[in-house]
Amino acid sequence: MRRLTQLFIKQSLVALTSASLLALSGAALAEKVAITGAQIHTLSSAGVIEQGTILLNDGKIQQVLDTVTVPSGYREIDASGKVVTPGFIGALTSLGLQEVSSSAGVVDARVDAHPVSSVGAAYDVQFAINPDSTIIPITRVEGFTNAVTSISRTGQLFNGQGAVIDLGTDFDAVIKANAFMHVRVNDGGADTNGESRAALWIALNQSLAEAVYAADYDLSPSEDWEGMITRADAKALIPVIKGEMPLLISADRASDILQALSLTKRFAALDIVLVGATEGWRVASQIAAADVPVILSPENNLPGGFDQLGATLLNAGRLHKAGVMVAIGMDTHNIRLAPQHAGNAVANGLPHAAGIAALTINVAKIFGVDDQIGSLEPGKHANLVVWSGDPLEVTQAAEQVFIEGEAIEMTSRQIQLRDRYLNRDPSKPVAYTR
Amino acid sequence: MRFTHNKKLGLALALSAALLSACGSDQPAKSSQQTNSTPEPFPSTYQPIASVPVLITNVTILDGVGNKIENGAILFQDGKITEVGEDISAPSDAIEIDGTGKWVTPGIIDNHSHLGVYPSPGTESHSDGNEMTGPVTPEVWAEHSIWPQDPGFQRALAGGVTSLQILPGSANLFGGRTVSVKNLPNRTIQDMKFPGAPHGIKMACGENPKRVYGSRGGPMTRMANVAGYRDAWIDAQEYQKKWDDYQKAQQEGTAGDAPKRDLALETLAGVLDGEILVHMHCYRADEMVVMMDVMKEFNYQIGSFHHAVEAYKIADKLAENNVCSAMWADWYGFKMEANDGIRENIPMVHAANACAIVHSDSDIGIQRLNQEAAKAWSDGQRAGIDITQAVAWTWLSANPAKSMGIFDQTGSLEAGKNADVVLWTTDPFSTYSQAEKVFIDGAMVYDRTDPASWPVSDFELGQVGQGDAK
Repeated sequence: MRRLTQLFIKQSLVALTSASLLALSGAALAEKVAITGAQIHTLSSAGVIEQGTILLNDGKIQQVLDTVTVPSGYREIDASGKVVTPGFIGALTSLGLQEVSSSAGVVDARVDAHPVSSVGAAYDVQFAINPDSTIIPITRVEGFTNAVTSISRTGQLFNGQGAVIDLGTDFDAVIKANAFMHVRVNDGGADTNGESRAALWIALNQSLAEAVYAADYDLSPSEDWEGMITRADAKALIPVIKGEMPLLISADRASDILQALSLTKRFAALDIVLVGATEGWRVASQIAAADVPVILSPENNLPGGFDQLGATLLNAGRLHKAGVMVAIGMDTHNIRLAPQHAGNAVANGLPHAAGIAALTINVAKIFGVDDQIGSLEPGKHANLVVWSGDPLEVTQAAEQVFIEGEAIEMTSRQIQLRDRYLNRDPSKPVAYTR
Repeated sequence: MRFTHNKKLGLALALSAALLSACGSDQPAKSSQQTNSTPEPFPSTYQPIASVPVLITNVTILDGVGNKIENGAILFQDGKITEVGEDISAPSDAIEIDGTGKWVTPGIIDNHSHLGVYPSPGTESHSDGNEMTGPVTPEVWAEHSIWPQDPGFQRALAGGVTSLQILPGSANLFGGRTVSVKNLPNRTIQDMKFPGAPHGIKMACGENPKRVYGSRGGPMTRMANVAGYRDAWIDAQEYQKKWDDYQKAQQEGTAGDAPKRDLALETLAGVLDGEILVHMHCYRADEMVVMMDVMKEFNYQIGSFHHAVEAYKIADKLAENNVCSAMWADWYGFKMEANDGIRENIPMVHAANACAIVHSDSDIGIQRLNQEAAKAWSDGQRAGIDITQAVAWTWLSANPAKSMGIFDQTGSLEAGKNADVVLWTTDPFSTYSQAEKVFIDGAMVYDRTDPASWPVSDFELGQVGQGDAK
């Protein structure tokens, strides 16, 4: 609540801090809103507008203006002195797939091998998303409106198929199912696939080759199928080999990255995205030439394994300089730290604009949802954030988050815990402080 | 160590805070200057690097004990800070550094690191941090596991870390002794050991011991955890008495053979004697309060709870009992006992006049602890907890130094202290700020602007990326 009340709001947004918020939210969604006066990072060809206006209408961005203008019928939210960006998109998270990861029951982000799949490709998170996860509001109050969510471990070759979700307040979270397939060819991948790249790569080649074959084959149960991969795996991999579903490949060692790039020699249509790419800077020109984007964790600068010896904080900046599109993602529930990671990439050579893009439009492009989210352009979802200042600064914060035009209530379980203990009444047991 | 009979000393441990209301009493902390009867079989061989006097001028100074000096100056020579102020004249042989636009702080001290005991690369061969063969292993010493060639030390140095405490892991109720080191790795661990620093012990509450031992003879519950601590303290009391009796008999000339030394009980008795500082991994508020009752039952002092994710719930009790909390800014939710983590934990603990420390427990996090403090500081501000940056810096240097018993030597920019100093490119509460120059005992041991000054561990020699900016 405190974050909300700091926002300079001329009209009725303050009313949203009351318990009437839920009743209002439907109305807020359809409302016409003009956010005025902020520095606007559009992530479109309009670049950064120093003092402009964003018009929201019916859950969509209607217009972005480079002047401060409030058309009649629009409720003004004065964001002078603030910064507005598109809602951040967590690239590669487990949001909606886990509540507490360790020793606390089912974690949908982890799969134990099931007979439906022999290589892990078939698993699909779209049916597993829980929009009521407390991690979702904890994340969205920090400026995240969307997330790419994924299985983090199967023990098999592929980590299955992930989805793009929004972090709104309804049950309709999935905005793109079957958004990508994920395979690891790094030490971690080798570890669970014969403990050797010599087995891992043969299994990967074989899986994709069988998918090519399966594309022209009747996979119904009445027909014989004796492939290494199961029918369900084959169905999942067919869009991959056709280039209709991005193939995320986790690779760290320079030679592993080059092997990943060379997959297109055998399977020409593959739409490859590198994940991790710890030594990507060593082969940056090849990655750029292949037009392959990279999702990386910028603070990873230690040789965690022998495939990460070249780890450096300068990786993101060097890749960007070579012409590689960079997005920021850590495989974690704590994806709200990604802006700090982006800031550290900026401190180490990534231009600031590229740092913001790495959390917004680049992620949207990689997962094919840039027609809906990732920039502030007319017709896109009104997913945006009013920040107290530069969002990559650790001392700044999201003050108001909009998802599909709705000013979401800026609270979470953590904020309620904080407020309970800030306002604890020592005369009563703590459970009576609300 | 076991023979000082000075329990009051123990109660004052780690918490002396003459300058900081947040950190309890004005009693003198146990000082490394005091005679320590602890046998030190692995003595420090640390040698400061020879240095010339350094004067940094026109710089913004956070002195680490709550003061900020705009346009200040700091002089250090012979490894010690000699003057902190505004207008300082330099000796003729001094190097003068124009600090315009830059900031100076005490070196960061991390009181929770596993560098060296869980080094990079993370191989099984070097996984030496948890003696998971039994839940009570106070006989093991982290210093015997540390690999000084862990490249993590050099990364931490580039983040402005000048001293750190390396602990065993948290699998065990009693995990073993900790060690405080200068962040100047050399050929041996003894070369790094912080001269005169007291020993510490790592203990652990909660989920980890019961998870590790639940199917291996226990403890498998929290109640058995607590029984385990109490049983061990009872044994330690008995051992302590045996040696006391022997010592008395010796004075009276009636002593027979000395009791046999027991490494485990020697450590525990050292805690009861107030000579070994207690660092206890504990997340949940209720468990911390149980542990403070155990502490009173056996008359020892817990120096600090580590992680202390729920410290904000009991900050008043932590203040009453003079127990520090070493915390993350925003880690939460990875296990049940971390599920109630909030971003305002650190400022809320501080605001209750309890001692707050920012720690890493991470080879990545240790590289930007200033940002962790910045997050906590700004989250506190937004929640209405008004703490200055200058005071918030106590979380990074002074308070961890106190928790490790080395505040008499380092942890602030005060005349006479070791010149453990960081020059930052800009306000260190900014994401974009970087440690430009790092001094340990007055010697410049890292200069971001001079690649030739960047240390390279043996492991990284001849490897990909050797000598690269990291």
